[in-house]
Amino acid sequence: MATLNVLVAVCLAYVAVLFLVAFVAERAAARGRGWLGGPWVYTLSLSIYCTAWTFYGAVGYAARSGLEYLTIYLGPTLVFVGWWWLLRKLVRIGRAQRVTSIADLISSRFGKSNMLAVGVTILSVIAATPYIALQLQSVTLSFEVFARADGGAAASSAPASTAFWVAVGLAVFTVLFGTRNLDANERHHGVVMAIAVEAVVKLCALLAVGVFVIWGVAGGVGDVMTRIDASEIGHWQMDGGRWATLTFLSAAALLCLPRMFQVMVVENDEERHLRTASWAFPLYLMLMSLFVVPIAVVGLDLMPAGTNPDLFVLTVPLSQGQDGLAMLSFIGGFSSATSMVIVAAIALSTMVSNHIVMPIWLKLTGGGAIVSGDVRHVVLMARRVSIAGVVFLGYLYYQLSGGGAALAAIGLISFAGVAQVLPALVGGIFWRGATRAGALAGLTVGFAVWLYTMFLPSFGQGVILPAAVMQEGLFGLDWLRPRALFGIDGLDPLVHAVIWSVGLNTLVFLAVSLASFPSPLERLQGAQFINVFQHSQSPGGGFGGTAEAEDLLIMSQRILGAREAQALFHAEAARQGIEGYLPDPTPEFLQVLERELSGSVGAATAHAMVGQIVGGTTVSVEDLMAVADETAQMMEYSSKLEAQSRELSRTARQLREANEKLTRLSVQKDAFLSQISHELRTPMTSIRSFSEILREGGLERPERHKYASIIHGEAIRLTRLLDDLLDLSVLEDGQVSLNIRRARLADLLDQAEAAAGAASGGTGLEIRRDGPVDQVWITTDPDRLSQVFINLISNARKYCDAAGPRLTINVTQAGERLMIDFVDNGSGIPPDAQDLVFEKFSRIGDQKAGGAGLGLAICREIMARLGGSVSYLPGQGGAAFRVILPLHQAMAAQ
Amino acid sequence: MGKHVLVIEDEPNIIEAISFILSRDGWRVDTHSNGHDAVETVHAKAPDLVILDVMLPGKSGYDILRELRADAQTQALPVLMLTARGQNKDREMAEKMGASQFMTKPFSNADVLACVRALVGAG
Repeated sequence: MATLNVLVAVCLAYVAVLFLVAFVAERAAARGRGWLGGPWVYTLSLSIYCTAWTFYGAVGYAARSGLEYLTIYLGPTLVFVGWWWLLRKLVRIGRAQRVTSIADLISSRFGKSNMLAVGVTILSVIAATPYIALQLQSVTLSFEVFARADGGAAASSAPASTAFWVAVGLAVFTVLFGTRNLDANERHHGVVMAIAVEAVVKLCALLAVGVFVIWGVAGGVGDVMTRIDASEIGHWQMDGGRWATLTFLSAAALLCLPRMFQVMVVENDEERHLRTASWAFPLYLMLMSLFVVPIAVVGLDLMPAGTNPDLFVLTVPLSQGQDGLAMLSFIGGFSSATSMVIVAAIALSTMVSNHIVMPIWLKLTGGGAIVSGDVRHVVLMARRVSIAGVVFLGYLYYQLSGGGAALAAIGLISFAGVAQVLPALVGGIFWRGATRAGALAGLTVGFAVWLYTMFLPSFGQGVILPAAVMQEGLFGLDWLRPRALFGIDGLDPLVHAVIWSVGLNTLVFLAVSLASFPSPLERLQGAQFINVFQHSQSPGGGFGGTAEAEDLLIMSQRILGAREAQALFHAEAARQGIEGYLPDPTPEFLQVLERELSGSVGAATAHAMVGQIVGGTTVSVEDLMAVADETAQMMEYSSKLEAQSRELSRTARQLREANEKLTRLSVQKDAFLSQISHELRTPMTSIRSFSEILREGGLERPERHKYASIIHGEAIRLTRLLDDLLDLSVLEDGQVSLNIRRARLADLLDQAEAAAGAASGGTGLEIRRDGPVDQVWITTDPDRLSQVFINLISNARKYCDAAGPRLTINVTQAGERLMIDFVDNGSGIPPDAQDLVFEKFSRIGDQKAGGAGLGLAICREIMARLGGSVSYLPGQGGAAFRVILPLHQAMAAQ
Repeated sequence: MGKHVLVIEDEPNIIEAISFILSRDGWRVDTHSNGHDAVETVHAKAPDLVILDVMLPGKSGYDILRELRADAQTQALPVLMLTARGQNKDREMAEKMGASQFMTKPFSNADVLACVRALVGAG
């Protein structure tokens, strides 16, 4: 008989070996040994899925419920074989986003929401607590078995104190190896290696017991088969609902359990390891489950009724006097329990310290110490306290629940708890429409339902939930009974709880996601998660030192310019004592380089670029956001410059235009002066010449009279010219004062005809009027309008070259506007001259009618002042002018 | 030496004044009042002297002068240019085109007469 003391000694020795393994592995990892991160270690580390629950509990489960225990293996196997691409995506996202835990992943996906992280953390801790209690219980029970066999006095005091010391021991081990250092990627090579060793130990132990049972106790395979057929296990009815639920739960647990996430994603060294694990891990599970039924059947046959079937793995060898085998089996169970607690404590403490303790501490201290060395210390302390806290919670649950419930039942409570994360997790990495609000709502609802229907009742009636609530529902509401929500009765409690919690969780998650809109950061993160395969390079094939330096040089040349970059690299290489342009990328050099680059592209971009090349690390969202900020600033600056340059060129154009206008005005002024000179000198020539002739005397009276008349006429012409010029100048300056009053259009036309007739000496121009001339009253300056009419009529009189000259005045009223057309029956104005008639001093063709060519220019100015216009109407047969003016001109005009 | 003058001018009153002055001095005066067929009229009338206005309807006095100078028959014909635009550039233009003499309006009758006599005498 192995004594308890020997057992304790073996245990301590085993732990010491684990310490050694972990220590050596840690040292080897620090030196960069490749074999540590091999696919086999990875696969074996995944075996923490098989805890004491599977080691001891599976046999008990089989003894109680037949083959149903297989579902616990079936779920993970299905995931690994059929859904390994989902795992690959998780691993890729985990690496690309430098995810530290499942809470970090969920929070990161949904816009870095710490609230979500806190939610997942609390859920995980609460869900893990019974599970840790389970491990403590299994170790305690196995100790008890030996103690009882030992028959010593220690047995009576054993359970509570054993559990306590086991908890303390596990906490110490975890603290020592889980928080040795603060890696950026949270990898723990020592712990992983220790777990791999434990995985081998527990598999060997279980296989050894199985082999012993089949060939040592029973009479070989055939005998065992017969016994199975004879036992109750062979006749068990399969409950489809429970099978489906359990398979789903174990599959969900594999994805959502914090400790599984830790070994599968966080501790993953290379993505290709997953390929090996995808068949090796199911194989491991198969081996673990291979001898479960034989052990259960033989145990049931062999052991007296009432023996705890959970401990058959221990008690069967013991009953056969196989102390050594029992010891190995005990170590196997011990390994299962410890490895689970250690990894769970590490994973949970990372979550607790990162998402709960650190934010609170930073808030309390104002975040001022972020860059100082203090933070490292604080983080480590937070981790250690969290680990102790998590293990202690498990111990507390163990004490509270009295350690009575069957192992498997406790495990399932945990599984259902962490399964609440599944909708947010799967939705988050596959569905772009998933939002933070949806994840939070789904998680909250699922968590609440799970607490009420599963977790709280698990303590037993009256411990937390009063018996009355269990029987009659919360507040006496029948439909709120924890085991029959909404009156759906008769379901297995497990199936009931899982359907309601996960079902409502998923529904609420979908509904709220659809009803809410993601923030920009969520959108960005969502895209990165969902399209992780497009966004990130497959890891592997890292850069050598030279390749890195070369890449850095190429990038730097592009940014700094070839000469500067080469000078920088050359100087650094010389400082390092290396020939050429490729120095080792030491941290100091990288810092210098980053500083140089940030002068050109901004600090965040520089950091991201250097990090991309040297670390092979992916650019994080913060990096991208910082880059975007810098880019935005640069764009703002450059758009300012652009605006200034536009402003300058606009000013230059305005100056150029002003200059052109001045030049044009100057040319116009010259031309105008020249014209005026001509118009003044011409009549003066006649006047001077004839006055000289008259002065000389000796002329007959008729001649004298004729020449005096010429002088008189030319003097009048000069006066009229000066009048016109002054008139035009006043009109053009806009200083004309209008005398606005009401007048009848017909009266104005009458006056104009009379005046024009008098002025031109009454040649026979026939004038007709069309339209409602008599009824039209207008409010305008009648004298000015008359002046326009006189001009147009006398022009017709002067220039109409028809045999029977005729002018038609056609009046049309269009709303508030009046159109008066003056159309004669002459040959009109040639098309090329039509644009010119309104210009000053323009005279058309050979016509010599005594005007200076200012009449129409004056008309145009007058009409502009009267709020109307005068224009030439082409294609009317003869010359045609259209006057347009408002019926009522505002008094205030001009 | 004939005393035959062709006056090309569009202002009727100025034509009348020049005609009166030159007729009284014994010149035979022909007149023409537009630019179109002025060159043909010069050839047809074959005057001893041409008095040419610059601003004529149809064709400017400068163009007429250039055509006259380009023709061997009228290359040396004395031409007195009159302009109402009295600017320096008009004078330069007239000299460049080969005007024998240039006068600005309004002119004194005596000057015109002296100029005409001198031009024909010199011719």
